[in-house]
Amino acid sequence: MSNILVVAEHYNGKLKSSTFSSITFARQAGDVHIAVIGSNISDTADALKSYGAARIYKIDKPELEQYLAYEYSIAVTELAKSIDAEMVAMSTSTTAKDLMPVVATRLEAGMASDIIEYTDGKFKRSMYAGNAVATLEITTPKKVVSVLDTAFAKAEPADGESPIEDFQVDIPAGKAKWVAMEESASDRPELKEAEIIVSGGRGFKGPENLHLIESLADKLNAAIGWSRAAVDAGWATNDLQVGQTGKIVAPEMYVAIGISGAIQHQAGMKNSKVIVAINKDEEAPIFSLADYGMVADLFEVLPRMTEKIPDQS
Amino acid sequence: MKIIVTAKRVPDPEIKIKVKGDGTGIESHDISYKLNPFDEIAIEEAVRIKENAGGEVILLSIGPGDAQTEIRTGLAMGADRAIQIATDEYVEPSVAARIFKKVVDDESPDLVLMGKQAVDDDANQAGQMLACMLDWPQACFASEIKIEDGRATVKREVDKGIETIEVSIPAVITADLRLNEPRYPSLPMIMKAKKKKIDTISFSDIGIDTTERVKYLGLENPPERAGECKLFETVDELIGALKDEAGIIR
Ligand SMILES: Cc1cc2nc3c(=O)[nH]c(=O)nc-3n(C[C@H](O)[C@H](O)[C@H](O)COP(=O)(O)OP(=O)(O)OC[C@H]3O[C@@H](n4cnc5c(N)ncnc54)[C@H](O)[C@@H]3O)c2cc1C
Repeated sequence: MSNILVVAEHYNGKLKSSTFSSITFARQAGDVHIAVIGSNISDTADALKSYGAARIYKIDKPELEQYLAYEYSIAVTELAKSIDAEMVAMSTSTTAKDLMPVVATRLEAGMASDIIEYTDGKFKRSMYAGNAVATLEITTPKKVVSVLDTAFAKAEPADGESPIEDFQVDIPAGKAKWVAMEESASDRPELKEAEIIVSGGRGFKGPENLHLIESLADKLNAAIGWSRAAVDAGWATNDLQVGQTGKIVAPEMYVAIGISGAIQHQAGMKNSKVIVAINKDEEAPIFSLADYGMVADLFEVLPRMTEKIPDQS
Repeated sequence: MKIIVTAKRVPDPEIKIKVKGDGTGIESHDISYKLNPFDEIAIEEAVRIKENAGGEVILLSIGPGDAQTEIRTGLAMGADRAIQIATDEYVEPSVAARIFKKVVDDESPDLVLMGKQAVDDDANQAGQMLACMLDWPQACFASEIKIEDGRATVKREVDKGIETIEVSIPAVITADLRLNEPRYPSLPMIMKAKKKKIDTISFSDIGIDTTERVKYLGLENPPERAGECKLFETVDELIGALKDEAGIIR
C-alpha cells in the first residue's frame, strides 16, 4: 500500500480534533504516517500513538514554534519525499489552506481542496458555495488534499502503538516573520468542537441585543456562531463566522436565529445533525434546511427559550 | 509601487447555480457574471495603495476573450490597464498560478494582490502556489495591510483570531472579506475605463507548460436534507420536540 502522510494540526501543542478526521481519510487511502510539526511537541506526538499509524514523525525545532508557510512547507515536503508519500493530507483549516497549496507546488503534485469523499482513487468536493459537488482525479504521481473534517468521522484508536521518530531537516529562514496573534478570548466551547451551536444574524439588529443569544448559549452550554452580516457589522470576531468563507461546522444541533440562510451560510452548517431555525419570515431559505422551526420574532422567543430550557452544562 | 491584481469572472454569487442534467457543468443560461468578490476587494486595496503612494495597478484575468465587462469594472475602480489571458475552458489553480508567474516575470511588480479564493471552484490555492513558484513570501487572508520601508505588515483572518505577520516586498497577498469595502465606480470613472488598455493574449500563446494536475470528471447536485421542517407555535412545543423527539436536550 502507498504511504499517506497526515499533517497533524495543533495549536500550541494542543491537538485539534479535526486531525482525527484526516486520519480516517488516510486509513481509506493507504498506510497512515503522521507528521507533527512545531516546537516542544513530544506530548502532541504521544497523543497520536494509538491511532494505528505506521510511524509518527516529529519535526521539533525552536524555529517552528510559530506557523509560517515557507518553513512549514519545507518541513512537510522534505518528510513527504523521504518516506515517498503518495499523498499528503491535512484537515481543512486556515493553516491547511495556507500551507497545502505550497506543499503541492513543491512536490509538483495536483491538489484537491476540502474533499468530502474518497472512493476508488476519486475525490469529491463542493464548488459554487456548495451548489454543486464535483468528482475529480488527481493525475500527478504525488497528491495533496485538504480533508473537510465534517465529512469524515473522527478516527477511533486502533491496536498497537506507533513508533515516534525525530525527523531531521534543515529549515532555512524565510522572508516572512511572525509578529503576533490576537486570540479571541472566550470561555465558551470552540465552534469546531461544540456539540451545540447557536448562531445569530442580522436579525439581532444591534450589539445591544447580543446578550439574548449569550444567555441562551449559556443555558445550552453552546458555542456561538454568526453570519457574515453580523461579523461585518462588528458584533463578533471573524473566527466566529460560519459559512463558505468562514468555518464549516456540523454539530449535533445548530440553532439559526435571525439568519436568512443564504447559500454561503448554508455551506458552513448544512451537515449539522439537527437544524433549528427561528426567523420571523416564513419564506426565509433557512426553513428549507431546518428540521424544527418557529416563524416568530426572536426578541419574544429567545427570552422564553432561555427561561424554559433546562441547564445543559 | 507597481501592483498586479487578479480579476476573475465568476457566476454572480447571489444567483442560484444549477448543475446541468448531464453533469458536465453548470447551466449557463440565466447566469449573470460578476467580478469575484474577493478579487474586487483586492483591486480596491491596490487602488488605495496607489492613491497613497503612487504607482500602477495592472489587472490580470484568465477567462473568455469576449467577456471583458468584469475587467472593465476593475478598470473603472481605478486600475490602469489589464492583461487578459483568453480561454473559454476552466483553468485549475496550479495552471493559473503558472500563468500568473509568467506575467509577473515579464512585468516585475512589487506586489501581487489576489482574492483569497474564487467563488466558483472555491479552491483557495492559486495565491499560495504563485508565491511558492516566485519564491516570494505570502500573506494570505488579509484583513489589514500596511506597507512601509519595503515591508508589508499584514493582519490575517485565521481560525484562532487575527494573526499579524510581516513580509518583505515583493510579496503575494490574498484578500479576505474584511480588508475593505470596495467602491462603486462613478460614471466618469466608468467612461474613463472604456479607454484603458486591455492586452489580450490567447491561452495557447502564453508559452509555458499548462499541463493540468487534476481532472474534473463531472458535477452533481448536493444531497438534499431529508424531511420537512416541523414548525411550532410555542416555545414549549419546540423545546418538547428537542427533548423527546430529537433527544438533544435533557
Ligand atoms: C463571497 C461571499 C462570501 C460569503 N461568505 C459568507 C459566509 O461565510 N457566511 C455567511 O453567513 N455569509 C456569507 N456571505 C453572505 C451571505 O450571502 C449573506 O449575505 C449573509 O449570510 C446574510 O446574513 P444574515 O442571514 O445574518 O442576514 P440577512 O440575510 O439580512 O437575514 C436576516 C434574517 O433575520 C430575520 N429577522 C430579522 N428580524 C428578525 C426578528 N426580530 N426575529 C426573527 N427573525 C428576524 C429576517 O427575516 C432575515 O431572514 C458571503 C457572501 C459573499 C458574496
